[in-house]
Amino acid sequence: MRNPLADKVVEIKPSGIRKFFDIVSEMPDAISLGVGEPDFDTPWHIRDEGIYSLEKGRTFYTSNAGLKELREEICRYLKRRQGVKYDPQKEVLITVGGSEGIDAALRAMLNPGEEVLIPQPSYVSYEPCTVLAGGVPVVIELKAENEFRLTAEELEEAITEKTKILILPFPNNPTGAIMERKDLEEIAKVIEKHDLFVISDEIYSELTYKEKHVSIVEIPGMQERTILINGFSKAYAMTGWRLGYACGPKAIIEQMTKIHQFAIMCAPTTSQYAAVEALRNGDDDVAEMREAYNQRRRYLMHAFKEMGLECFEPFGAFYVFPCIKEFGMTSDEFATRFLEEEKVAVVPGTAFGDCGEGFLRISYAYSLENLKVAIEKLANFVEKLRKEN
Amino acid sequence: MRERLLSIIEKNSRVDTKELAVIMGVEEIDIVNELAALENEGIICGYHTMIDWEKTSIDKVTALIEVRVTPQRGQGFDNIAERIYKYPEVNSVYLISGGYDLLITLEGKSLKEVSSFVSDKLSTLDTVLSTATHFILKKYKDHGTILAKKYEDTREKVTP
Repeated sequence: MRNPLADKVVEIKPSGIRKFFDIVSEMPDAISLGVGEPDFDTPWHIRDEGIYSLEKGRTFYTSNAGLKELREEICRYLKRRQGVKYDPQKEVLITVGGSEGIDAALRAMLNPGEEVLIPQPSYVSYEPCTVLAGGVPVVIELKAENEFRLTAEELEEAITEKTKILILPFPNNPTGAIMERKDLEEIAKVIEKHDLFVISDEIYSELTYKEKHVSIVEIPGMQERTILINGFSKAYAMTGWRLGYACGPKAIIEQMTKIHQFAIMCAPTTSQYAAVEALRNGDDDVAEMREAYNQRRRYLMHAFKEMGLECFEPFGAFYVFPCIKEFGMTSDEFATRFLEEEKVAVVPGTAFGDCGEGFLRISYAYSLENLKVAIEKLANFVEKLRKEN
Repeated sequence: MRERLLSIIEKNSRVDTKELAVIMGVEEIDIVNELAALENEGIICGYHTMIDWEKTSIDKVTALIEVRVTPQRGQGFDNIAERIYKYPEVNSVYLISGGYDLLITLEGKSLKEVSSFVSDKLSTLDTVLSTATHFILKKYKDHGTILAKKYEDTREKVTP
């Protein structure tokens, strides 16, 4: 038989997280700090709306771009939160999670050989999706001393004649880093100068703990060259509903809608009805969850300080990214031993790019009670390692 | 700060001042002072423990009693409410809008104890016109806490 597989796909490395998932699955009593989704249930009024839509028999396809009602609510939301205007008819596409939006944007925009700048550490899908879309991923290694923000110099250095797209993943998974207005203004100049496009993954936009999240599209001149990706998973604790959206210039959204139409048809109808309710009446739920995350974030920063573990203060998402270089082992070694000896799972920073070496991603999508138990074990482990050295 | 502090300790009054300071991002001394002020002003009225008595071997009966009364000149309902809430077995007394006037929650050891309170003490008050007693059969949720079910983390253990 012939080889049934495409080389392009076979060559993609499996995610570094997989290994830990497999080990942890074999350890039923392990505590995990490795989860990348909220611990809250979807607020009841949102779930109720989904159930109600099923009761009423709303079980058919929606239009390819998604429910008109939902697209309008998204535009209202973006006006209210970021102060930007989008046309619900032509500039919005409802997708199956933010992930589909990223994939569709890359596929709609890339010609073979064109380069995509991917700041790392960052979410695991940007590189493989770029490759699958025929593009060439170019990694920008972000630095702890810059609090893992992207600087104009770093961006400038990575640009070649073939550079077309910059992926902007802030607030960031796994570092928790954010980009503030002044940071965005600096990189916007470079983006404009080199005529780049931006795919801005803002899935954690509601989870910032300093000031309100600033989107790159708020910077003058940027909206016309940006695909803004967002969704319901993190803000409304709706990961399993698989619902996100992409907003951008009509010409790009039109082509993305074409891909979406042929590959997906439309995003899940039940989820779309629930999402309308989320945008209409969910602000208080978001605020309440944000406050809970913030309490945990402060607790962790305090705990790290007490155990002398180096960590920059992250102001976004629900991750902290402590540095473990002092112990002279790799992230993978640290995480493996921590799991074996203390039965606590964390994700090595290298799962999010080579420059995550020397760091761990610790998720605080867990109750304070659970975090306390795990952090006590971390403190024990750290003390043990220091005695060994 | 006041509202945030109250909303945290309303759910868990056992968080100590040091931890409150950490999770709220303020100084511990400010927490101590604010708690003292809240107690002084009577905003914090007590620190209770939520107990699911059903899981113990101690028998308890809780009843909700609707009471219709005749308001008194110059006093309204305050006087009659006071006469009722002074009984230690009475848990709470609310003035209610709608079909009746006062809602009382009452805890007793047995049905008999509750019914004798109603017939001997409550109904015999001059201003009480009528009562309707409802016994609680099962508590599903109380003070915002779900008693019937325990939280279970069903998420995949490691995800990107």
